[in-house]
Amino acid sequence: MPAQFVIGIDLGTTNSVLAYSAFDEAQSQVLLLPIPQLVAANTLESRSMLPSFLYQCTHDESAARSFALPWNEDATFMVGHGARSLSAEFPEHTVGAAKSWLGHSRIDRHKPILPWHAPDDVRKISPVTASQRYLEHLVAAWHQAFPDAPFAEQNVVLTVPASFDASARELTREAALAAGLPDTFVLLEEPQAATYAWLNAVGDRWRKLFKVGDRMLVCDIGGGTTDLTLVEVAEETGELTLQRVAVGNHLLVGGDNMDLALAHYVAQLFESHGLTLDPWQSVSLWHSCRNAKETLLSESGPESHTISVPGRSSRLIGGLVSVHVERAQATDLLLNGFFPVAQLTDRPARARASGFREIGLPYESDTGITRHLAAFLNQSLAGNNLTHVLFNGGVFKASALRSRLLNQLQSWFPDAPPKVVDGSDDLDFAVARGACFYGWTKLRGGVRIRGGTARSYYVGIETAGLAIPGAGRPLKALCVVPNGMEEGTEVDVPSDPIGLIVGESARFRFFSSANRRTDLPGDLLPRWSPEELNETDSLEATLPASADAEGIAVTEDDYVPVTFRSRITELGVLELWCVHESEGERWKLEFSVRDDAESAPR
Amino acid sequence: MGRISLAWRVLTSGDFAARVTNLLEAPPALAAPVSPAARPKPAAPPKTVAMSKPLRSDAVTLLAALQREGRLIDFFKESIEAYSDAQVGAAVRDIHRDCGGMLERQFAIRPVLDQAEGSNVTIGANAKSGRIKLTGKVGDTTQSSGTLVHHGWLVTRSDVPVWTGDAEAASIVTPAEVEVR
Repeated sequence: MPAQFVIGIDLGTTNSVLAYSAFDEAQSQVLLLPIPQLVAANTLESRSMLPSFLYQCTHDESAARSFALPWNEDATFMVGHGARSLSAEFPEHTVGAAKSWLGHSRIDRHKPILPWHAPDDVRKISPVTASQRYLEHLVAAWHQAFPDAPFAEQNVVLTVPASFDASARELTREAALAAGLPDTFVLLEEPQAATYAWLNAVGDRWRKLFKVGDRMLVCDIGGGTTDLTLVEVAEETGELTLQRVAVGNHLLVGGDNMDLALAHYVAQLFESHGLTLDPWQSVSLWHSCRNAKETLLSESGPESHTISVPGRSSRLIGGLVSVHVERAQATDLLLNGFFPVAQLTDRPARARASGFREIGLPYESDTGITRHLAAFLNQSLAGNNLTHVLFNGGVFKASALRSRLLNQLQSWFPDAPPKVVDGSDDLDFAVARGACFYGWTKLRGGVRIRGGTARSYYVGIETAGLAIPGAGRPLKALCVVPNGMEEGTEVDVPSDPIGLIVGESARFRFFSSANRRTDLPGDLLPRWSPEELNETDSLEATLPASADAEGIAVTEDDYVPVTFRSRITELGVLELWCVHESEGERWKLEFSVRDDAESAPR
Repeated sequence: MGRISLAWRVLTSGDFAARVTNLLEAPPALAAPVSPAARPKPAAPPKTVAMSKPLRSDAVTLLAALQREGRLIDFFKESIEAYSDAQVGAAVRDIHRDCGGMLERQFAIRPVLDQAEGSNVTIGANAKSGRIKLTGKVGDTTQSSGTLVHHGWLVTRSDVPVWTGDAEAASIVTPAEVEVR
């Protein structure tokens, strides 16, 4: 059966959303799927967001079967709202931010490590499995609503952060296929999806709003991450086109950090009144602070806002404790903490308090989003003006944050201050809607954002040289994929032949860069700064043991001379191959698990 | 054990799935009165499934939701005599926010008539449909319009959660909490 629907999935760090549109409509009608989920034990409710949290039941809870779902009566875990409400109270039983772990290449993402720091008697799962569970839930919800339209037969677009490198994309892909997505599904960068949502909202009018050479910043601040993208307006055969020219590095700072910062401040206020909150009350406080942030940081917000935390007993009013939070203090805390006034030449601080650093999520040491933004724009604009900005993410419901960021951008470009493009007001759902609209335009025609790969990629080559005891051979980085390499293209990487040993697996260190935009395949970098190249999972290929017997030419000392060929598939998947020089044999390089990852130097 | 597993068998299989499917598909039909033009037509014909009797009344499930999200039962069960208006007010703000949010999500309550209260409105067929209640000179059937005193409320959807527990727990609005030390 041909696909009846196009489906867009936003697999978020804190919330996931599914949007869909039927093909047989003249215009794309993007709707949100209500997702049945447990909001508490034995209580199933449909909501348009599925919080990306997973709660592992205790033995007693499993026996009581209070987490049964229509499609899984024996569920021993809970996904969604119910899991999120238990997350702060039972952190050792709850998986959160699995997506941030996917993008973290210094740990093995296939190992059952989550919930992080959980005691031994709690069942643990890998970040890949957690992502798979969220997607499985969405797929099952789909089948409940549309039993006659199998998910695996629809056109599916799944979004990932623009800052995800090839290995994080590959892991997402693996989780998605395991969850039952069709193998033809497409990965789309989230800021691009937000842009498509805007294009869907304005229609063809965008061509009147833009001119050739305009540059738009897409600033997407989610719950746990900040994703930056620069889109440029170009012209092709008389038509305006959109080109994604740069993406920022993976920044682990977002709206949740702001809610927590405010909650921490308010908890101190309570303490100054002699009240210490218990963990349960802290959860309630966090919830209140999310609302308080939006109230206090709205344009016409009140000068002071009362935050109350109820007691746990049935005495609600008697157990209630309240403090007044001044607007000025909250604004100061959040604006100066996360959006400090910065110069375009400022750079994020890279301070590390001590040499010791716990292996956990690499949260940003500098939470000043404006400084990260300055670094990104300074690098990617290369002296050009920024003309437009598109804000996306639930954080911008607090209008003071939006104004602060806009003022900051306008101060950097005083001659022609950038304008805000008004997207949909649907800040929480734009990415899923945009992904759906993108799937629609891909099949039915419409404006497309071009860009190719957001990063350039490098294979580490150990160079021959005098061996120095105690020191490794010097490492050079061979560019194998240039920035902006388009889908559906292949490139041979010119280089000296590299010797692989027959019958052994060959491992290559693998690097990516979001800001080296001019390197070409075959360029060999003798050195680089840590800001330029990020190391990710290594690559591996195993050569047949009896290469000789299979007619492969082998040098005298059992080396097979190879060069690299890289390919970006139509679906946006990066493939790297080792190609035998003369015979044309080739072996695919796969991401390998770095068992040395925990101890690898940064 | 016997009772629980029996109750469970009643719940599982088609019956359980049917109620959930119903939960999913009920809302769009109810939502129509608000703005028929703005509503996109359903992307696929909804599957019709007969509603089976739930093991707990929706009213209890609604009470549980009001308590879980807004502590409403705690509020009504507590004696407020001893507290100052300011203390009650502080509690009410949170209840208002949380219960209000829940009611909006599950029922999306809207005015029956969109006109401003105090304005002159046509009575027409509204009187018979139960959409309006006439007050004042009710006997005078020649009147075709009147002053809107209260705009009324209607639900535009009914999304009460589906309760999947067994008969034994059906009367529990919120369980007792015991902290293990």
